[in-house]
Amino acid sequence: MSARTSQPSLDPAELLARRARWTPLEIAFWVAAFAAVYFLPGRHLILTEIVIWALFALSLDLILGFGGILSLGHAAFFGVGAYVAGLLAKHGIITEPVLALLVAGLAATLVGFATSFLVLRGSDLTRLMVTLGVSLVLREIANRYAEITGGADGLQGITRAPVLGLFDFDLFGQTACVYSLVVLFVLFLLARRIVNSPFGLSLLAVRGNPLRASAIGIPVNWRLVAIYSIAAGYAGIAGGLLTQTTAFAALEFFSFDRSADVLLVLIIGGIGYLYGGLIGAVVFRLMQDWLANITPQYWQFWIGLVLVLIVLIGRDRMAASIRPVRSLIDTLGARIRIGIIGGGR
Amino acid sequence: MSYALETVDLEKSFGGLKAANQVSLRVKKGARHALIGPNGAGKTTVINLLSGAIRPTAGRILLDGADITDLEPHHRVRLGIARTFQINQLFGDLTPVETLGLAISERSRMGHDWWRVAGRKPAIVGEVGELLNRFDLTDVMGARTATLPYGKQRLLEIALAFACKPRVLLLDEPAAGVPEAERDSVLETVAALPANVTVLLIEHDMDIVFSFADRISVLVNGELFMEGTPEQVAADPRVKAVYLGEGTDA
Repeated sequence: MSARTSQPSLDPAELLARRARWTPLEIAFWVAAFAAVYFLPGRHLILTEIVIWALFALSLDLILGFGGILSLGHAAFFGVGAYVAGLLAKHGIITEPVLALLVAGLAATLVGFATSFLVLRGSDLTRLMVTLGVSLVLREIANRYAEITGGADGLQGITRAPVLGLFDFDLFGQTACVYSLVVLFVLFLLARRIVNSPFGLSLLAVRGNPLRASAIGIPVNWRLVAIYSIAAGYAGIAGGLLTQTTAFAALEFFSFDRSADVLLVLIIGGIGYLYGGLIGAVVFRLMQDWLANITPQYWQFWIGLVLVLIVLIGRDRMAASIRPVRSLIDTLGARIRIGIIGGGR
Repeated sequence: MSYALETVDLEKSFGGLKAANQVSLRVKKGARHALIGPNGAGKTTVINLLSGAIRPTAGRILLDGADITDLEPHHRVRLGIARTFQINQLFGDLTPVETLGLAISERSRMGHDWWRVAGRKPAIVGEVGELLNRFDLTDVMGARTATLPYGKQRLLEIALAFACKPRVLLLDEPAAGVPEAERDSVLETVAALPANVTVLLIEHDMDIVFSFADRISVLVNGELFMEGTPEQVAADPRVKAVYLGEGTDA
């Protein structure tokens, strides 16, 4: 992210490909992730939860960090994916989980594409309200057609076929955990590829300066439609994973709380470098677990406090490097001003 | 019809204010055409209308005889009309290499390519290198644009329009803010564009206008006041009157 130096390397090709290069820290991250699954067999349930939050937050990062679109209704796509995956399994339409997951993602992509045109224009506030509205509408549709979705009781009676016909879901959640992590890893690789492509660069340009982006020939709206649809697909797959690993889907999957939480997760981890959602998910879920153990009733107090601190400190962190210089200048400036005013009297 | 760019009774109103009023501008193919006028005459409004950043209230815009009035800005760029901005409009988080590479890959219709890692097309990389050299940006090419000194940003602003390889180039006060040492080379680069590239220049600095332009249009209060060769414009007493007291600040 900010590890870019201005070390003059004189090869444009090298510099262009720099974003795409793997750093040791990234490799360590993934080794640690897979090691956690291997060495913490007793923690597979919470690990699976973390992985699904991570994928969901990753998808929000594609929209917010790369498209610059603020959403408070991202759970809409999570819910669509969850219910599609659930219905496919329940009615035996597609029983193999990986294929069902792809279809769930595709369904969410289509819903994302259809609703993307609503978020192209307008301010952040407009977009917040539109995305929130879309998620409420979808939730009520799921509620209304209870004979299909199970309504407020949730979608029950989902049977789980083995992954790829080989790996059965076990009671301890080991298959679910490995399956989720592999899906996350593959989708992360894809996202990483996308954001480092010319298409990805054009998204950064659109986010940074849409006026200029269109003035160099970038079809701004189409790029936003594309990334919004892709991200919706990611969210749908995250939802599908939750249904498949828990054999259950509920209206809560569409909820405003979930949309708000995923934004929280992403902001805890940081926006616009793909790992934010992943790190945020780990921190968020562990913090939730830990705080709930200490103060079962009031843990949200601490989450709220941490959120406020992160948002405030996050802004300051950028200015932190020049703070000593700035405060020195400020002090000097203040002294000089006092001196001048004092002298003038 | 040998006009590269033509406007027919172009109008733009902002509320009650007519920023452009019945502007019928004709720019010949290959011309070095300057659009001058006192502050607030509506010069930038005209550029914004031509590039599609704003939509006209009335009137048409023709590029090589084809109507582009209703086209999106990115579509106009693809048809060969590019611009620079009076105040830099750059991508602060990208480096100059990335910025130029992006513009070139968009021009080459590879901007939607989501699989290839940037920097893997030798043709694009080569062209980026050339532009960096020509605009003296090689030493800062890997730094975040937002951290560059203003003069370098200004050079990138102009290089970015060049990267679109336009047939018609709209320059909105290109020399403003370019470091003194670079100014001549920037203007030379503009002057050295192939003869088939048409340039429409907005400029405050009369030295630049008269050394560069072969045709000058004068815009006053949103209306075309007169048009002619530099000699005609320089000799016109009305133009002098318009500029009297205005100063020809550089």
